Amino acid sequence: MATAAKIGIGSAINRVDGVEKVTGTARYAAEHPVENLLYGYIVEAAIAKGRIVSIDEEAARAVPGVVEVITHLNRPHVAWTDHSYKDELKIPGSPFRPLYDDRIQFSQQPIALVVAETFEAARFAASLVEVAYEAEAHNTDFEVAVGDKYVPKKKRSGYMAPKNRGDAAQAFADAPLKVSGDYRLAPEHHNPMEMFASTVEWHCDGSITVWDKTQGSQGVHAYLASVFGFSRKKVRVLNPYVGGAFGSGLRPQHQVFLAVLAAKMLERSVRVTMTRQQMFSHAYRPQAVQSIALGAETTGKLTAIRNAATTSTSRYEDNMENVVTWGLMNYDCPNADAEYTVAQVDTPTSADMRAPGAATGMTLFEIAIDEMAYVAKVDPLEFRLVNYSPIDAMNGTPYTSKALREAFREGAEAFGWSERSAEPRSMRDGKELVGWGCATGMWDAQFSKTSASAKLTANGHLEVACATSDIGTGSYTVMTLVAAETLGLPPEQITAKLGDSDLPTAPVEGGSWGAASTGAAVQLACQAVGKKLLKTAGKIAGAPLGDAKMDDVLFEDGCIVLKDTPTVRVPFGDAMHAADLTEIEEEETAAPGFGDMWKGLHKSKNTHSAIFAEVKVDEELGVVRVTRIVDAVAAGRIINPKTARSQILGGVVMGMGMALHEETFPDHRLGRWMNHNFGEYHVPVHADIHDIQVIFVDEPDSEVTPLGVKGLGEIGIVGTAAAIANAIFHATGKRVRSLPITIDKILG
Amino acid sequence: MNRFDYARPASVAEAVQAGAGEQVRYLAGGTNLIDLMKENVDRPMTVIDINRLPLGVIEELDGGGLRLGALLPNADTAWDARVEQRYPLLSSAILAGASPQLRNAATNGGNLNQRTRCYYFYDVATPCNKREPGSGCGAIGGVNRIHAILGASDQCIATHPSDMCVALAVLDATVQVTGPDGDRSIPIADYHRLPGDEPWRDNTLKPGELVTGIDLPAEDFTQNYTYLKLRDRLSYAFALVSIAVAMRVEDGAIAEARVALGGVAHKPWRSTEAEKLLKGQQPSPQAFGAFADALLAGAVGQGENDFKILLARKGIIRALKQAAEATPQSQTDKRVA
Ligand SMILES: Cc1cc2nc3c(=O)[nH]c(=O)nc-3n(C[C@H](O)[C@H](O)[C@H](O)COP(=O)(O)OP(=O)(O)OC[C@H]3O[C@@H](n4cnc5c(N)ncnc54)[C@H](O)[C@@H]3O)c2cc1C
Ligand code: SF4
Repeated sequence: MATAAKIGIGSAINRVDGVEKVTGTARYAAEHPVENLLYGYIVEAAIAKGRIVSIDEEAARAVPGVVEVITHLNRPHVAWTDHSYKDELKIPGSPFRPLYDDRIQFSQQPIALVVAETFEAARFAASLVEVAYEAEAHNTDFEVAVGDKYVPKKKRSGYMAPKNRGDAAQAFADAPLKVSGDYRLAPEHHNPMEMFASTVEWHCDGSITVWDKTQGSQGVHAYLASVFGFSRKKVRVLNPYVGGAFGSGLRPQHQVFLAVLAAKMLERSVRVTMTRQQMFSHAYRPQAVQSIALGAETTGKLTAIRNAATTSTSRYEDNMENVVTWGLMNYDCPNADAEYTVAQVDTPTSADMRAPGAATGMTLFEIAIDEMAYVAKVDPLEFRLVNYSPIDAMNGTPYTSKALREAFREGAEAFGWSERSAEPRSMRDGKELVGWGCATGMWDAQFSKTSASAKLTANGHLEVACATSDIGTGSYTVMTLVAAETLGLPPEQITAKLGDSDLPTAPVEGGSWGAASTGAAVQLACQAVGKKLLKTAGKIAGAPLGDAKMDDVLFEDGCIVLKDTPTVRVPFGDAMHAADLTEIEEEETAAPGFGDMWKGLHKSKNTHSAIFAEVKVDEELGVVRVTRIVDAVAAGRIINPKTARSQILGGVVMGMGMALHEETFPDHRLGRWMNHNFGEYHVPVHADIHDIQVIFVDEPDSEVTPLGVKGLGEIGIVGTAAAIANAIFHATGKRVRSLPITIDKILG
Repeated sequence: MNRFDYARPASVAEAVQAGAGEQVRYLAGGTNLIDLMKENVDRPMTVIDINRLPLGVIEELDGGGLRLGALLPNADTAWDARVEQRYPLLSSAILAGASPQLRNAATNGGNLNQRTRCYYFYDVATPCNKREPGSGCGAIGGVNRIHAILGASDQCIATHPSDMCVALAVLDATVQVTGPDGDRSIPIADYHRLPGDEPWRDNTLKPGELVTGIDLPAEDFTQNYTYLKLRDRLSYAFALVSIAVAMRVEDGAIAEARVALGGVAHKPWRSTEAEKLLKGQQPSPQAFGAFADALLAGAVGQGENDFKILLARKGIIRALKQAAEATPQSQTDKRVA
């Protein structure tokens, strides 16, 4: 029998939801049609700190179409303990509560919601709400706040305290070669394409359906139940499509609170959408300063690593990231110490943004490593190999796998690194200086307990479902491919469902654990369906499969096939028919520790990458073009090379933004972000992007996660900006230690 | 956005008649006006949609010039064969601006009249003398990376953000206007103004006046010209500094050079006095440098934008070199020529 090439794990297929997305039939949070809808528009605080003295709503209420102006003075009852407002991230502190009282904690804080029959009426009326404030002294200047940096008492979950080794202070003092300095990263905002929005449908029994822009429908579900006192059955949260989030949707954002608050108060359906300007009223990547000191022998062997970082957080929560651990883990060096602190500014709490901690810490560290390589007069790539650590050098544990050496080799070859001339300013293309730089990237390979269901119907259609999200990462496609692989069905016969709090339990999508965890759960559920099929096949007259066990069969083209005698094939339909079943449905949970994972229990689990960048610089004018990037990624097994490549491309482009463009400008007198729009907050555009080559290095690993998958959401951004900064140094001889590297930092 | 009256007249006469009221705005491509209305920066009582007016064409002028209709989209202007051949500098400047989508929607009249991109101007929660006279200037002592280094006042340090207008300044265009008091033409140099102590006035258009077209005199700057735009990313960003140059080179010497700067002042910055320094000179870094110093005389930074003075100086020298060598800056290949 001629069969088309089997499609499963490892097949490069298009996104299964691609057609919906490009034809506009995929509906996002603000697009779900609901009858009799009201529109809420957020009024934001004009000051950074203080109290609301009075709110004059008269003019706003007089605008035709305005239904209500909701403030802390007239809002319905909401929960009053901090505990009720905790979300899945459980950041220590006192979570922000919209419209709770008269306190202003940051500029652009929501202080009222104007609800009207049309969006424009609500928006205009919002501009007429007159607020009188009593301002208090504020500080948004991180460099000032660093003077009061501290180690939070209570640590955020997932925080890994750095472990010191040897005597780094002494070793640094004794080192013949040294590099030391302060490295900085500007505050950045996530700016996904889709605005934060929630559409709340109010049902007459007092239950609500919420279409929300979030990375986790079940997290929002739990939050709404807890904050508003809904019984869990009366709330359903859906996020079938999410137009990017990059971490800004890990926590329930205030528009969902406000939309539900209004729906509850008015017993009407309500939609609240943030404008692009309002997207700057919450999550941002913390501003960071990192003091790095490196010591080395004249051979280039590292003898001391000292790494102290401070990142910004708010006054009301201690947001922590793993900033200083990466360098200590990645480099073989007998003496290392590190310290991590936070500093408070009067902004909203900083938040996880693509590869939180690593994108900051590893990137800045990799600039310092590059400097050390030049001081030691060792090729930057060679320097990284001289100090290569096959084990996790901080924790002293082996990795389940680490193919970084291979990544360097394959990346260098593809890039042509051997053609590089060592001296800065030694390569040219016409008027432009050419620079080649490299860096290491690193991220966690995580796994989170996840459930999924699989339902096979007699016509051969399979539906797999899980409450996970697809924030553009390709979860629909991953689920489809894993199911196709496990039950031997073509993707066209499979439907993947996600983004619904009613579906089997999944964690919020983030941290790059989605593919590994959801994939494992889908595989288990499909295997359970397979087992059931095999059992029912036993009822077929003549028992064609004999007493075959799961190990004796495989699933192919909708049939159970005997491995030893592939001519013996039982179609799924026949097996189900024999047991009078119209469908088989199974739900399974993948929890850490099953399969080979127990072997990896005490090992470190990480993805790695080797990034090579070419820049061309018009030095006189400070114009930098990133003409080439090669990113060789070691991330275990790749489920779909096509969507995997897209993830890395997106990460690399965001890394280019970190290197050259992204920066939110605060006015410290007003305590307010000033370039809060897409015209003046710059992310790379097409003209900035040239050739990007992605390589996936072979890295078999059965211990890291059940499918050998490590995840790809974040690794693409980590280190990319360092490779570019290092290339700029190679081109110009100018070392810039603060990102982004804008035209003024190179000009001269 | 506030409630407003809306009219869509079919003739210029009707439009001007309707435009005579209080707080009236003409709506062309809407790429700026609608944004301003959405953010409540501009709250017109009446919006007059002028898109039905017959001003979307290019006409030949006696004497060899062109009249660009006020309603002709920026894109159609830049790609028009006559403009490309006779005024390549203008095509280049327009194509250096915004994005293809915006250029398709934006009109020539709207481009002339677009408002500044000062962060404070767009945020009604902050002080701004241009938006709210007397409220103070947020940008002075604040976030001013994109602000003026020339011709600013202690009331306002905003810049005019247009690329097209910088080329128009060099081409000695005149703006054709009609209004309650009849028709007039305004030389481009007198069209935009410096902020002084009336920062809310961007230009010399009188209330109710409508721009009908832009006249380009017959010129021959088809060989030695360039539009060099320096910005924070390689496309789709306003100029930190831009330089338009039109030159005539005869027997290896500069017979005439005209230079205007964008992104540095409340209007395209040009000095015919300084241009005299280049007349008769052999193209050389020294000559270009001396000119740059003269054009930038009196430039002051506001803190965050201090670097623009050096950037402008280097940009002027490079642009003059590009023009002299007849290697104009490409707007597609972002490598600086
Ligand atoms: C994100 C972004 C990036 C941009 N980047 C650039 C750039 O890099 N370079 C650049 O040059 N521009 C840039 N622009 C600005 C763009 O060029 C202007 O918005 C556009 O030219 C305005 O034209 P319009 O027809 O849309 O004007 P409208 O928005 O319709 O009108 C703008 C103003 O002009 C007035 N007006 C319009 N027509 C007339 C007329 N005939 N007579 C009298 N008054 C009139 C209106 O009343 C209004 O006050 C950018 C814009 C955006 C949004
Ligand atoms: S520079 Fe001008 S536009 Fe900007 S805040 Fe000051 S007055 Fe307003």
